[in-house]
Amino acid sequence: MRDVAIVSFAQSTPGLTDVEETETQLLFPVINEALDGIGITRKDIGFTCSASCDYLAGAPFAFVQTLEATGAWPPISESHVEMDGAWALYEAWVRLQHGDVDVALAFSSGICSRADISEVLAIELDPYYLAPLWLDPLSLGRLQAEAVGQEPPTEQPKYTDAAAAVILAAGDRARELVGRPAWISGIDHRTDAHYPGVRDLSKSASARIAGEQAGVDKAPVDVAYVSAQYPHEALILMDALGLKHVFGLATNPLMVSGLIQIGTAADAVIKGDASRSVGHATAGPCLQQNLVAVMES
Amino acid sequence: MSERVAVIGCGQTHHRKVRDDLSMAGLVREAAERALGDAGMDWTDIDAVVIGKAPDPFEGVMMPEVYLADALGCAGKPIMRVHTAGSVGGSTAVVATHLVSSGVRERVLTIGFEKQSEGDTTWGLGGGRSGSVGAGGYFAPHMRAYIDRSGAPDYIGPAVAVKDRRNALKNPYAHLKLENLTIETVMESPYVWEPVRRLESCPTSDGAAAMVLTNERVAGSRNAAWVHGTAIRSELGQFPGRDPVNPQGGRDCAADVYAQAGITDPFNEVDVAEIYVPFSWYEPMWLENLGFAAEGDGWKLVEKGVTDITGELPVNVSGGVLSSNPIGASGMLRFLEVALQVRGLAGEHQIEGAHTGVGHAYGGASQFFAMWVVRSEKP
Repeated sequence: MRDVAIVSFAQSTPGLTDVEETETQLLFPVINEALDGIGITRKDIGFTCSASCDYLAGAPFAFVQTLEATGAWPPISESHVEMDGAWALYEAWVRLQHGDVDVALAFSSGICSRADISEVLAIELDPYYLAPLWLDPLSLGRLQAEAVGQEPPTEQPKYTDAAAAVILAAGDRARELVGRPAWISGIDHRTDAHYPGVRDLSKSASARIAGEQAGVDKAPVDVAYVSAQYPHEALILMDALGLKHVFGLATNPLMVSGLIQIGTAADAVIKGDASRSVGHATAGPCLQQNLVAVMES
Repeated sequence: MSERVAVIGCGQTHHRKVRDDLSMAGLVREAAERALGDAGMDWTDIDAVVIGKAPDPFEGVMMPEVYLADALGCAGKPIMRVHTAGSVGGSTAVVATHLVSSGVRERVLTIGFEKQSEGDTTWGLGGGRSGSVGAGGYFAPHMRAYIDRSGAPDYIGPAVAVKDRRNALKNPYAHLKLENLTIETVMESPYVWEPVRRLESCPTSDGAAAMVLTNERVAGSRNAAWVHGTAIRSELGQFPGRDPVNPQGGRDCAADVYAQAGITDPFNEVDVAEIYVPFSWYEPMWLENLGFAAEGDGWKLVEKGVTDITGELPVNVSGGVLSSNPIGASGMLRFLEVALQVRGLAGEHQIEGAHTGVGHAYGGASQFFAMWVVRSEKP
């Protein structure tokens, strides 16, 4: 594979809630910061991938508005995933493998404080059998905590508002842009079955496969940031990834959390605080879908 | 490092107004199983799935791929969800192509779907708020501007509507089957949004499209459509100086994909094109935007029958979006139909000897574009 690195990461102030801005307004300074940090402009970006969720925005085509933050004129080569921004980063990493593009931007945004997240995430469940039960994320979290023999959580995590942006660059271009690029030595994502009843909730098979494919265990890990919103999720992920210590989420901005974990892990390498780090993203009920990225100096 | 990409499996549902015989999972499986069958593969042969659909409020399920993972045999595998408005079926196929061409995966199943009957699309387009004009209401002024600029006669739009519906009669999967349609009957149908009449508009459909994409090693000697180029473009939807009738993004997207495929004269070098035409007037408009005709001349190709199934440049011989419109699949169907053509598997609507095909999709405020060029020979 072509050597691709994260060279810049920026996010909105952690823990924001009840923001007055739109997603586009949250994104604009964040993308600027990611670009300014390495002294490039929007014209240097060869591929852009965004991530957002219509059900958080409460309107279809949330990404059409956030396109404004990229300044897409003249027209740009751009794609969008209705997933956590970590998957936008993955698509950008795939795109950079081709050799015709050297710099890519991945970003995501989500404003949770204007939605009832219990309701939004209930609508994510199977529409015929699960959604009609209005199974809320805290109940699912309690179910999984029981499965691992942990005290079930009594409160749902604090869902916040955020925007984040990551810039990726390939080969020599990455070396030009930053002293210590966070080289992506492995990245992979997998899903488990959706139905909580057909999988062993005490384990995460998909996180284990993604971790193996990303090569987490090939060398010691200095620091790992995982998208764990409850203590029992951190335990399951540590087991799946073979890690003794992880940092979880202080707050949980949906659609952005995973990109922030990976960006933070990359930043640790860029800043010289770590020589090998792991970032993780998840989606779906009870850690159904997992993405693991390993960054090295 | 770039792997050659082959389309070795194509499958689609029988598109209908309401497929209440199937769940959403059943719908995507109907298309996917046909694609796997065409490829001579099983679910276990697939490395990764890339799925696309238009806005989630259309069916009322947030990120439905999370639930569809089971039906698509994804446990233990990667699944990604793309959403780029109307162009999504095309963009999804482009993402799937990149997974193979990058060398990251060897066998990718890609799917686009929409089950419009589970919701209310026009309600969804308005974000649940009242006053949504629908897609046609948004595009109508652009079509009117095209007519005024080009001086096209008023029967051109109806002629496209008749052509595509006649083509649909040759496609067993097409939704609308309108026998004996004439330009007169189209012109007698009521305006939905001037200049677009009811019979010049796409239907709302339930349906799915699926393709199996592999690298050269896996494709082996199978009957394949080879991908010679992919391109995507996005531009801001609203600002002074933008031309929504002949958008720069569409022109750039076409120029990019033609350059990759070595096409310098699209009209003469392309054997068959599937272009995203949800409202009749978009055929002449996109013929110009994609470089098949000079600006202002697109309607002349329609008038001369050049884009008929028997013409020099057959366009939408499957019946197009005007005959089947499962939105999230509509773009992928354009990509899929040209793959079928260059594989010689299009059945009754096959263009004899089709060698080079162009698939196209657009979305948003005519601001998102996706295209590919496929050929019967390897790049």
